Amino acid sequence: MTDSAVADTRRLNSKPQDLTDAYGPPSNFLEIDVHEPQIVGVGRNRYTTYGVRMRTNLPIFKLKDSCVRRRYSDFEWLKNELERDSKIVVPPLPGKALKRQLPFRGDEGLFDENFIEQRRVGLEQFINRIAGHPLAQNERCLHMFLQDESIDRNYIPGKV
Amino acid sequence: MSFFSFGQSAEIDVVLNDAETRKKAEHKTEDGKKDKYFLFYDGETVSGKVNVTLKNPGKRLEHQGIKIEFVGQIELYYDKGNHHEFVSLVKDLARPGEMTQSQTFDFEFTHVEKPYESYTGQNVKLRYFLRATVIRRLNDITKELDIVVHTLSTYPELNSSIKMEVGIEDCLHIEFEYNKSKYHLKDVIVGKIYFLLVRIKIKHMEIDIIKRETTGTGPSVYHENDTIAKYEIMDGAPVRGESIPIRLFLAGYDLTPTMRDINKKFSVRYYLNLVLIDEEERRYFKQQEITLWRKGDVVRKSMSHQAAIASQRFEGSAASESALEKAAKEESG
Repeated sequence: MTDSAVADTRRLNSKPQDLTDAYGPPSNFLEIDVHEPQIVGVGRNRYTTYGVRMRTNLPIFKLKDSCVRRRYSDFEWLKNELERDSKIVVPPLPGKALKRQLPFRGDEGLFDENFIEQRRVGLEQFINRIAGHPLAQNERCLHMFLQDESIDRNYIPGKV
Repeated sequence: MSFFSFGQSAEIDVVLNDAETRKKAEHKTEDGKKDKYFLFYDGETVSGKVNVTLKNPGKRLEHQGIKIEFVGQIELYYDKGNHHEFVSLVKDLARPGEMTQSQTFDFEFTHVEKPYESYTGQNVKLRYFLRATVIRRLNDITKELDIVVHTLSTYPELNSSIKMEVGIEDCLHIEFEYNKSKYHLKDVIVGKIYFLLVRIKIKHMEIDIIKRETTGTGPSVYHENDTIAKYEIMDGAPVRGESIPIRLFLAGYDLTPTMRDINKKFSVRYYLNLVLIDEEERRYFKQQEITLWRKGDVVRKSMSHQAAIASQRFEGSAASESALEKAAKEESG
C-alpha cells in the first residue's frame, strides 16, 4: 500500500444503470385517495362512508387498482387490528367527535360539511402512512381493508 | 493548603527539559474545553526539573521527603475514588530533612512505556501526568503536570473493503461498499450504495459516524453512543440500478483511534451508520464497525503522482492510466 499524503478519493466502480430502470416508472408507486363522502341511511341511523381508492404497482397487493367504501369505524377496526398484531407504531386517527353526536347542536353535527372534509383529510393521511409501511403490508387486515368489498370481522388474523 | 500564617510553605513547579522544542497537542478536558499539552509517544524519555520555591524566605521547610512520580491511570467517572494505575514510576528527589532555601531538582524517567493513548470521554478518562510531592506530616504539597500521549500505527497489512447486500424482503435491497475497514484519522471514506430494489418512497439518505464508549464489565456494562457526524449523501428518490457515491473526509471530525478493551476497563469503537429515510420519516439503517488508527506524520511524495491520482474521476479510466504511468516514470527516472 503506497504511503501518499493525498488520499485516493476516486469513485468506486459501479455497474452502469439500465435505461429502462432509469426512465421507467418507479417500482414504489402507491397512492390512496379517501374521497366522495356519502351519507347513508335515514334519521338517527345515518352514517358517512368514504371512497377509498388505491392505485399501486407494488407486487404485494393483489389488485393494482381498487376502490371500496369504508366508514370511520372501519378505520378504527384497522387501527386496532394493527396495534394488536403488528409491531408498528400506528399513527393516530382523526378524532371520534363524540360531542358532535349529541342533540341540540347549532350545526349539522356529524354531517357538517367542514367536519366531514376535515375527517376525510385525516383518514387519507392515516391510510397512506400505514399502507406504505413494509411491516403493515404483511398484515391480512390491511389487504382486506383496502381491496375486499366488505370487511369480515370474523376473519382469521395473520400475515399475507 | 495551610490556613495558619506561621510555619513555612512552598510552591512547586515542574518544567520539562525540552519544553521549548517539544510539540503540544490539543486535548479535551473533562468539561469539554480544549487545552494544549506536551505530546509524548511510547518509549520516549520524560526528563525535567522540579523547582521548590519557599514562600517565606529565611524560614526552614521541614519535610518527610521530596519525590516525583510519572503516572498513567484510568479514572471511571462513576467510581472516582478508585484510580487504576497502569504505569507508576517514582524517583526520590530528596531524603527527609529540611530546606533552608529554594531548590531545583533534576529528574529523568528513561524510555517510559506509554502503552495507551490519552482519552477523555463521557464516562472514563485515561491520563498521564507527572506529580511532584513534598511530603509533610500534616499535609503534602503537590503539583501535577498533565501530558498527552498519542499511539501511532502504520498502514495495516490487511485492509479489506466492506461490501454487503442488505435489505427488507420485497421492499428494499441495497448493496453498500466502503473501500476499507481500517481508516486513519485523516483518511477519506470512499464508498457507494447500489440500489437493487426500491419499493418504498425514499426521501433522502445519510451516513453517520457513531462513537460508542463502553465502560464496566460483565453485567454492569454501559454503552454511551454519540453521533459524531451526520453527512447527507443523497437527496431525493432513487430507483433500481442507481449508484450513489460516498466521499467522507474524516479530518473534519473530532475522532480518536479505536481503543479495544484498554487495560480491561473500557473501549472506544466507531461505527458507520447508513440511514435511509422515507417520506413518512421512517428510518431504515445498517450499522457497520470501522477501525480508526492514528498515522504518524510522513514526508510527501512527488506532486505529479498525486496530481495524476486526483485528476482521475474513476479508477481505471483509460486516459488517466497513462497519466499515472507517466508520473510514475518521472518519479523513478
